[in-house]
Amino acid sequence: MVVKVISSAEAISEAVKRARPSVIPVYPITPQTKISEKLADYVADGDLDAHYIRVESEHSAMSAAMGAAGTGVRVFTATSSQGLAYMHEPVFAAAGMRLPIVMADANRALSSPINIWNDQQDSITERDAGWIQLYAETGQEAFDTVLQAYKIAENPEISLPTMVCVDGFILTHTVDPVDLLSQEEVDTFLPKFEIVNACLDPEKPMSLGALADENYYFEARYAVEEALEKSKAVIEEVGKEFGDKFGRYYGLLEEYKSEDADIILIAMGSICGTIKDVIDEQRDMGKKIGLVRIRAYRPFPKEALREAVGDAKLGVIDKDISFSAGGAVYLDTKASVDNQTTGFIIGLGGRDVTPKDIVEIIEKTENPEKEIEWIGLKEE
Amino acid sequence: MQDINTNEYLAPGHRACSGCGATIAVRLALKALGKNTVAVSATGCLEVVTSPYPESAWEIPWMHVAFENASAVASGVEEALKAQGKEDTNVVVFGGDGGTTDIGLQSLSGAMERQQNIIYICYDNEAYMNTGIQRSSSTPFGASTTTSPAGKKSFGEDKPKKNMAMIMAAHGIPYVATACVAYPQDLMMKVEKASKIKGPAYIHVLQPCATGWGYDPSKTIELGKLAVKSYSWILYEIDHGNLNITEKPTKIPVEDYLKVQKRFRHLDDTHIEMIQEFVDQQSRELGLIEDE
Repeated sequence: MVVKVISSAEAISEAVKRARPSVIPVYPITPQTKISEKLADYVADGDLDAHYIRVESEHSAMSAAMGAAGTGVRVFTATSSQGLAYMHEPVFAAAGMRLPIVMADANRALSSPINIWNDQQDSITERDAGWIQLYAETGQEAFDTVLQAYKIAENPEISLPTMVCVDGFILTHTVDPVDLLSQEEVDTFLPKFEIVNACLDPEKPMSLGALADENYYFEARYAVEEALEKSKAVIEEVGKEFGDKFGRYYGLLEEYKSEDADIILIAMGSICGTIKDVIDEQRDMGKKIGLVRIRAYRPFPKEALREAVGDAKLGVIDKDISFSAGGAVYLDTKASVDNQTTGFIIGLGGRDVTPKDIVEIIEKTENPEKEIEWIGLKEE
Repeated sequence: MQDINTNEYLAPGHRACSGCGATIAVRLALKALGKNTVAVSATGCLEVVTSPYPESAWEIPWMHVAFENASAVASGVEEALKAQGKEDTNVVVFGGDGGTTDIGLQSLSGAMERQQNIIYICYDNEAYMNTGIQRSSSTPFGASTTTSPAGKKSFGEDKPKKNMAMIMAAHGIPYVATACVAYPQDLMMKVEKASKIKGPAYIHVLQPCATGWGYDPSKTIELGKLAVKSYSWILYEIDHGNLNITEKPTKIPVEDYLKVQKRFRHLDDTHIEMIQEFVDQQSRELGLIEDE
């Protein structure tokens, strides 16, 4: 076992190196650049045998990723914020064309005002694209999730692009001890890329990206829905297989002291570390508080969530906002369970979220005053 | 007379308008490229008429993603083919003038600058024909389109056509050419040359469009000939920096080309003279006619 103290950006790059993609088209954007710079180093040193395309925009990064995946090779790209918004069009097309691309998103706020710091508005805004979206809490999970993402995306029953989301700066630029699995270990888990669907081969000509009218479009979209539903079981299976091999288990969601809890917080990403600390303190004081951390935001784990929350009061924490309606995770939770549920908007544009804020959220979940609360707003 | 590949890689029965110049350009280009070719299309007439699921007119592998990104998609295809050890497979892009000179210019410039080994073929019908004849930056001076209509105060498009081939030449790529569907051997010679050159190639093909230009669909080739004979469209290649005019017909007045098209029918003598001046200027720049 090799444990290195590295950032999540480097952890992701190390995982990508071990997944051995053939084509990596990338365009720089903060805070994602640390990932693509590392990958450039590996290619420059011959540690990774990949075709690295220095495209002129994120739109082209996703487009080139699609061309390469359509030709039948493993690909990787990474982006953030405005970059993800700029590639919005091919992001949708990649899912419709069922191309198993893996992309890391360093979660960052969207303009305007322009802001380079963390929230999750960028990837949340792509929730309807048909991608699988997995949110990591730590650098270790980011490393492990990249490897699982390929296995999930490339499952012939699924064949969907997969986004690995990590909080910008909070994870990408801070260091953590990460157990870096060896290439041999990774090879026992993630096999070499195999062409699962159509590809561009002159020996077997096929047309990809055809025009589908009202007689076919509806079914093509339903096929994405079915695959995303099916991916729930695959995410669980792959997470279990990973755990059986390497001792770290993953699933659609993580339950933390939620079994007997009267109040359960629901959240995604790195903030869950802070929440767990607060829960430990609250438990010491005899309060039955728990956390359900959503790891797979798409597919949304309705059934698992229903199971996990029992009849506890729920406080759903969002680092995003669908203006006038509430946070996205809150809205999806409300659509999935009948529990008393309060929504909390936190941390937009990198606003610090403190343990005190979490305590306030717990109190307001117990005794709600409003449906949606913005926590940490300056007064005046 | 060169030997012409008798195989067809764009099947008949597609849904193009009768007299479509775009599908002639593609058919000829694919004959020059042969079977070992992957094609990428930008959104546009060509994509719509050749790929209505579950049918496809493409006898070679073909991919379409969106309007502005065909060059980026092709870059990914090319790098993946290299990774698979298939360096010999041609990667060709077909984009219309809108998908090339307007919305696709950025991704095209990126691919050319990166020296991707792809052949980009612009089929230029001088407007957004697929969406109903709207003006593009490749629409010529004086043409009436649905977004640059001739009217009481307007004589139609008031800007000259973007000189796309020269913009591509400024990228310093090894091969740039213009072509026209009315000169099939010239077109195929250029595509074949492009496929043999390592690095990017750009070929800008003028293709008359009966629907958008307003002429009888049986006259597509005739219109192409008039364009070239009037020097409205000059056929040349820039092979590793060396300019070579490939067709030098006896010059006819530009009016002979304009008057047979509905899109120019509103023009008066002053405008026609202005267009003649543009054409002469361009011919002088390319050394096709002497300074007066």
